[in-house]
Amino acid sequence: MLAQVTKRNNNVKQVEEYDMSDIADRVKKIVIEHLGVDAEKVTESASFIDDLGADSLDTVELVMAFEEEFGVEIPDDAADTILTVGDAIKFISKAQS
Amino acid sequence: MFDLTGRKALVTGASGGIGEAIARQLHSQGATVGLHGTRVERLEALAAELGERVELFPANLSDRDAVSELGKSAEEKLGGVDILVNNAGITKDGLFVRMSDEAWDQVMEVNLTAVFRLTRELMHPMMKRRNGRIINITSVVGVSGNPGQANYCAAKAGMIGFSKSLAQEVAPRNVTVNCVAPGFIESAMTEKLNDKQKEAIMGAIPMRRMGTGMEIASAVTWLASNEASYVTGQTVHVNGGMLMV
Repeated sequence: MLAQVTKRNNNVKQVEEYDMSDIADRVKKIVIEHLGVDAEKVTESASFIDDLGADSLDTVELVMAFEEEFGVEIPDDAADTILTVGDAIKFISKAQS
Repeated sequence: MFDLTGRKALVTGASGGIGEAIARQLHSQGATVGLHGTRVERLEALAAELGERVELFPANLSDRDAVSELGKSAEEKLGGVDILVNNAGITKDGLFVRMSDEAWDQVMEVNLTAVFRLTRELMHPMMKRRNGRIINITSVVGVSGNPGQANYCAAKAGMIGFSKSLAQEVAPRNVTVNCVAPGFIESAMTEKLNDKQKEAIMGAIPMRRMGTGMEIASAVTWLASNEASYVTGQTVHVNGGMLMV
């Protein structure tokens, strides 16, 4: 927390990166826990369905887990565009800024 | 058999005859029961009789927000709902050509829309826990049809289609969805019938008697138990043989 405050004071750009990586970590954690996959498989380019073995029910549950974790609403048409881990991180970063 | 110790059940319409019997039997098998109903005095009397492991959830199922709130508060107060019994139902009978929009809408709202909303509220937590039982109380007339009950039969048939779809969606999460279809059961709903109607009904029932709430509750208890873990998307008919499907 202290590091975050210091960074905020120092450099705005750096703070954005910090938040982004924080979001990325939390997104990855949810994906790892929910799908029960190895952490190294959960890269930003990994597709939930093609690479991580998710089915349609998993993707809905992931979206609901993201909504809960980050307090954002992900409408169905937006959810349809979230195909990879990176897509989720980008959407949530944008929604929170 | 059918031990429900530690399980938490929410029964809607527990102030009615069948709902009360269901609540009693789930409770007797060890479950903690949430009693939903509209007649608070009857709920309180039942709760007092059951003693421990009981919570009350009065709510008006025609009020959509109240239905969502019911789901949320049951999930919270019971500490997770493992078994949801959608039992509450109303009738607004009348011959079709004279059926009002109101009679149609009210029956749809309570008998079908409330089931959809309450189940949606409780489904996600069940999926997360990888365990759940949804038991919907439909009716023999949802399958056979019945003159004077186009609205009620539509809602009850709708419930069966709803349950089958949902059963397929959530089966991978170990949540089962089934229906119990009572035939003619001794209850406030069948007390409204006159003697002539009752006589005609008896003639159509091979067992020559009405069923009891406990006979419905027994099917519910089985579906709620671990013993029924491989049963989903089914409708269990409990009707003394009046319809065999």
